[in-house]
Amino acid sequence: MNKGETALELRGIDKRFGAVHANRAVSFSVRRGTIHGLIGENGAGKSTLMNIVYGFHPADAGELLVDGRAVAIRSPQDAIAAGIGMVHQHFMLVPNFTVLENLILGAEGGWRLAAGRAKARAAMERIEREHGLSVPLDAVVEDLPVGIQQRVEILKALNRGAEILILDEPTAVLTPQETSQLFELLRRLRDQGRTIILVTHKLKEIMAVTDNVTVMRQGAVVAGVATAATSPQALADEMVGRAVSLEVAKGPAAPGVPLLSVRDLAVRDRKGVPRVKGVSFEVRAGEIVGIAGVAGNGQSELLEAIAGLVEPERGEISVSGRPVNGLDPRERRALGLAHIPEDRLRMGVVAAFPARDNAILGYHDRAGYNRGPFTRPARISGDCARKMSDWDVRPPAPGLRMSLFSGGNQQKLVLAREIDSNPVVLLIGQPTRGVDIGAIEFIHRRLVALRDAGKALLLVSVELDEILGLADRILVMAGGEIVGELSAAEASEEKLGLMMAGIGKAAHG
Amino acid sequence: METYTLIILLLAATIRVATPLVLAALGGLFSERAGVIALGLEGMMLGAAFASAAVAAVSGSAWLGLGAGMAAGVALALLIAVACVTFRGNQVVAAMAVNIVVAGICPMLGLAWFDLGGQTPQLSNPGQRFAEIILPGAHAARSVPVPGLLYAELVSGHSLLVYLAAAIVPAGAWVLYRTRFGLRLRAVGEDPEAVETAGISVAAIRFQAVVISGLLSGIAGTYLATAASSGFARDMTAGKGYLALAAMIFGKWRPFPTLGACLLFAFTDALASRLEGVPLPVVGVIPVQFIVALPYALTVLLLAGFVGKAVAPKSIGVPYAKDK
Repeated sequence: MNKGETALELRGIDKRFGAVHANRAVSFSVRRGTIHGLIGENGAGKSTLMNIVYGFHPADAGELLVDGRAVAIRSPQDAIAAGIGMVHQHFMLVPNFTVLENLILGAEGGWRLAAGRAKARAAMERIEREHGLSVPLDAVVEDLPVGIQQRVEILKALNRGAEILILDEPTAVLTPQETSQLFELLRRLRDQGRTIILVTHKLKEIMAVTDNVTVMRQGAVVAGVATAATSPQALADEMVGRAVSLEVAKGPAAPGVPLLSVRDLAVRDRKGVPRVKGVSFEVRAGEIVGIAGVAGNGQSELLEAIAGLVEPERGEISVSGRPVNGLDPRERRALGLAHIPEDRLRMGVVAAFPARDNAILGYHDRAGYNRGPFTRPARISGDCARKMSDWDVRPPAPGLRMSLFSGGNQQKLVLAREIDSNPVVLLIGQPTRGVDIGAIEFIHRRLVALRDAGKALLLVSVELDEILGLADRILVMAGGEIVGELSAAEASEEKLGLMMAGIGKAAHG
Repeated sequence: METYTLIILLLAATIRVATPLVLAALGGLFSERAGVIALGLEGMMLGAAFASAAVAAVSGSAWLGLGAGMAAGVALALLIAVACVTFRGNQVVAAMAVNIVVAGICPMLGLAWFDLGGQTPQLSNPGQRFAEIILPGAHAARSVPVPGLLYAELVSGHSLLVYLAAAIVPAGAWVLYRTRFGLRLRAVGEDPEAVETAGISVAAIRFQAVVISGLLSGIAGTYLATAASSGFARDMTAGKGYLALAAMIFGKWRPFPTLGACLLFAFTDALASRLEGVPLPVVGVIPVQFIVALPYALTVLLLAGFVGKAVAPKSIGVPYAKDK
């Protein structure tokens, strides 16, 4: 194989999906033996581009060069043959297969499995020695933690001879510790001469691990620099196309009376597994309390129990001093408890309905939207248009189907709907999941404004930066319990990371 | 002794009734493990029954009839595969369309070709049917009381297709769990995207799986028309395709439990035909309608309550599209 300087070069890649111009004449090259970052907001065309490189979509125009030679990649099979491997954001593993079965899928080495299995086992042991990557070969994938599943994905690519490894948002599901382990591994692979393309929207990761970075905006490459020669602020400005503020501007909190109080709350899931194990805390007027934790440690169940979506096993919840146990979500809403659910598409909106209907979802029975048994379409549309202009939802089209809005704009409309009802307590799950930087800045500013207006905000987020930036007080959840509390001033990513992993339990208060 | 003979005969009947179920259910298993709903078993069986009976009647050869039955099954399977895999159509609609069209077109063709009210001519010549095979020593064994009767009636004396059905279950299990094709097929049924990413064509695997279901349903239909009876009659599958599907679900999409479910359903069916007109203690003579309904009632009960946690292949019924 010709070992030139350039491992992968893209020349004029262009792709349209109907009216959407996903990639506009994208050209850049990736040097062999480097970690190359590809950064951009959601919808900037990063994933589309990588799916073209991996043969999932054909490009409308442009060419790909691997090792300086033009290659036609029409299917993942071609990509694998060209030495390209990809680790997708959503793992491409068959959940009820064993690790070994997943590793050999597509490279079985013969029509009978027995021989291929033995060969793969030997190959894995070799890779394990070379890279220090170990996985339990006979475990069923769905029983493994996500960090290990990701390792299986990387091994799968290596097993098939990948020289160029693409990772699409690999850290979305990892704890800070797992993330640093992953980066350690990527550096090791780079030092062995492999080429790595890291697709992400997180500036910090680009700064931490990449050698070069390409920035995409609206389908086009807008910058390509050596990482050492740039800064997070410069990259953020390039991504958004204007100067953005990465810091959340806020003054000190002035907490008042407790508006939400939770005492000894315990929740079991449908299978009877305890998810929240006796949690107590208060959220006072004029403060934002953040709940930090690795996804799946009871935060979701806690939010759902407070919102009235699941019946807690025990414990008391009160809003403005009134117990709300036993009340359904609508009755709780009437008491001033608004909820922005974590899973926006599943619980926050009806994606197939137009924006105007989504803008009153849950409040549709209020006077003003109805006359007798009939709805008042003009009123509802007008109301939606007002919310849209107030929250800068784009495009401001009340009749447009919800699924056609970007994640950030969907979220803004959900926030507009919940906050328009003038709640006293606001529960917010993952406020900026799938939301681009420009919109994040806007949403954060509005949340701080709500706090300053004397509302009580309970914020659950897996993004530590978001918790650190917004919260006045931080509760750390691990294994269904609150394992520690930190004030905004004393919190740091390292401290939170250790507490989230269940190490270094801090004293309360 | 009397009771023993009765039980042996009942079990022998069970095997005969189970044969088309086993063949079709295993075909359905391949289709569903690849993520394509196997509602078309009924239509494929019925089409194969007609094709095999017609060809056997005209050519005088049961073997040509089998070829025609398999070809008909595969042709209908291809139709379903094109609709569901290539054009990503709704799998339930495509399969039901095939079932309905076949139910109408077979008697129509039969009427046009043979003018016997939609039936095919009686297969009365020896070469036209798959006759019972008497294994060596079966006659002699009859004189040996207990094991002899078992050999003569239960092991010996079935059509070739019965033995084929018996062999196809372990063979199918081997293919499914021990070969590359089986691994890919099971993976497609669970997570087609993962398979595509691994550089394997999801469409190709699903096509092959549906064709296998057509091939096996074709043999099942041939058995109905040229071994279990002598000729094609209107609607002669009478829901056996759906029963095979139910057996496969009851067997949790696994070959040997599916075989067990087919045998159970067949046993109730065999028992039902023995019970017709026989006065039972306490209840007396049970009306024939109740008895005929027994296997189906059992199916509903079993599927509703006793299957336990049956985990279907995750991608079942979902057309796979690369661009979403």
